[in-house]
Amino acid sequence: MTTRPTLAEAVRGFTGNRDVRPGRVKLDVPPLVENGNAVGITVTVESPMSANDHVRRIGLFNEKNPQADIAVFHLGPRAGRARISTRIRLASSQTVMAVAEMSDGSLWFGEAQVIVTLAACIEDLL
Amino acid sequence: MTRALINTPKQAQQGEVIEIRAMIAHVMETGHRRDAQGAAVPRNIIHRFQCLYDDVEIFAADFYPAMAANPFIAFSTVATTSGVLTFAWTDDQGTIQRATAEITVV
Amino acid sequence: MALKHGLAAAVLALLGAGGLVAQEKRSGLDYMTPETRAMQEDDMSNPGMLFIAEGEGLWQAPAGAANIACSGCHGTAAQSMRGTATRYPAIEESTRRPIDLAGRINLCRQTQQKAQAFPAESPELLALTAYVAHQSRGMPIAPPADDRLTPYRKSGRDLFERRLGQLGLSCAACHEGHAGQRLGGSIIPQAHPTAYPLYRLEWQTLGSLQRRLRNCMTGMRAEPFAHGAPELIALEAYLMSRATGLPIETPGVRP
Ligand code: HEC
Ligand code: HEC
Repeated sequence: MTTRPTLAEAVRGFTGNRDVRPGRVKLDVPPLVENGNAVGITVTVESPMSANDHVRRIGLFNEKNPQADIAVFHLGPRAGRARISTRIRLASSQTVMAVAEMSDGSLWFGEAQVIVTLAACIEDLL
Repeated sequence: MTRALINTPKQAQQGEVIEIRAMIAHVMETGHRRDAQGAAVPRNIIHRFQCLYDDVEIFAADFYPAMAANPFIAFSTVATTSGVLTFAWTDDQGTIQRATAEITVV
Repeated sequence: MALKHGLAAAVLALLGAGGLVAQEKRSGLDYMTPETRAMQEDDMSNPGMLFIAEGEGLWQAPAGAANIACSGCHGTAAQSMRGTATRYPAIEESTRRPIDLAGRINLCRQTQQKAQAFPAESPELLALTAYVAHQSRGMPIAPPADDRLTPYRKSGRDLFERRLGQLGLSCAACHEGHAGQRLGGSIIPQAHPTAYPLYRLEWQTLGSLQRRLRNCMTGMRAEPFAHGAPELIALEAYLMSRATGLPIETPGVRP
């Protein structure tokens, strides 16, 4: 099996080596989840979402799944607000990171730790 | 048959930021699993989601296998004019599923 | 509230001698995290609702050699199927044996629509069963007062209390002795079948009560009974009578 890129490498694929600063990006995710197959997550980015000052893209990455990418969201001033909720898979307890690219090209990130507990009484594959 | 659930306000004030929620039935097969015979199960996920407001893209997303089965997404848009929101989900087999919702802006 | 707790404490003291801890009847819903609860309780975020939508489509689609839809005979499900799920498993008159809701639906499919039965756990059977059960959402489980069910409920209860599998555990050891306690990461619920078919995050899809029971048997290192086996129907009949009064939640969400 080929090794997956680290979280930092995956983020670099999105940012292309530009500076990424902590801040402006908030991740809401429960600190402890009952099952990693559907973990609710909300990403909020501080931005006026105006024609000349808005979020262009948000990349969502994980630390320990077989693949680091989760999703890339494309938005613009017509979003009105930079807040996205979705559900993701987490294979184990790990860090989740979101990186926002602003209309001025600046990059910001936020991260969160999630503890994933394992379900009892699961079945083998059919 | 497209099995999707869309939730948007039927009516909104002009300039109001409205929330849109969309969920669709899809296995989101990761490509990392093996079946009972040990054979790799090929990846089949929805890799692209798009939302158009009167034919103009207002939101899009690229999905990877770490998205949950039956993908759910909530985002927002500014209500501009009465019109139609179109949703499209494209999976690895090339199937495009669509749904629409109408909005009246006052 | 204080009175309720006082009562519970009294029952507990009474039954304490028996060794089991008597608890107030609670749905598995009550043991879940706020996030999983919220997923079930909001129809726009409950993935089970995707299957309800499919079930509604199947309800209205003509099928079989008779080319007739469920709605062709039963009309609007909201009226004709309201409360139906609260009283299954029930005795099927032609065989005089208990049948569960999915079995009853398949019977109509074969005898009325003249179509092939849907396989156990097929998406169609799950969607139709969930759609029919959904018409009883919020209604209390009310198993029929039919003496012919008594022996089946009793054999279900015997199974529930018997040690099974390599770990030498009984269902009751976990679900009555240790309900509310943690087993690894999971909280052990009381095993009330209030929300089936339901969306289990572990399955990433909708599944039946029988699938859930088979999972618990695998967890006990016991050979699971086959889908549709009389033992599973008996367990269903016992679990439903044990859950009398709890509201139907279909489609539920569980971890
Ligand atoms: C040709 C008419 C016909 C069709 C088509 C039909 N049914 Fe029935 N169904 C019946 C009859 C008759 C009964 C028995 C009614 C009774 O015992 O009161 C019944 C009973 C049932 C019951 C048990 C109701 C109860 O109160 O216990 C369910 C559930 C049911 N049908 C579901 C379905 C579903 C789902 C479909 C479509 C897959 C379907 N039926 C198609 C005629 C039909
Ligand atoms: C080792 C402890 C253990 C044993 C033994 C056990 N279970 Fe379970 N059971 C659990 C746990 C833990 C869950 C919840 C797991 C989860 O949702 O991840 C559960 C869930 C259930 C549920 C689902 C309840 C709901 O809210 O939907 C039912 C029904 C059930 N068990 C029935 C049984 C039956 C019947 C048996 C015996 C054949 C059995 N269990 C044996 C631990 C056990």
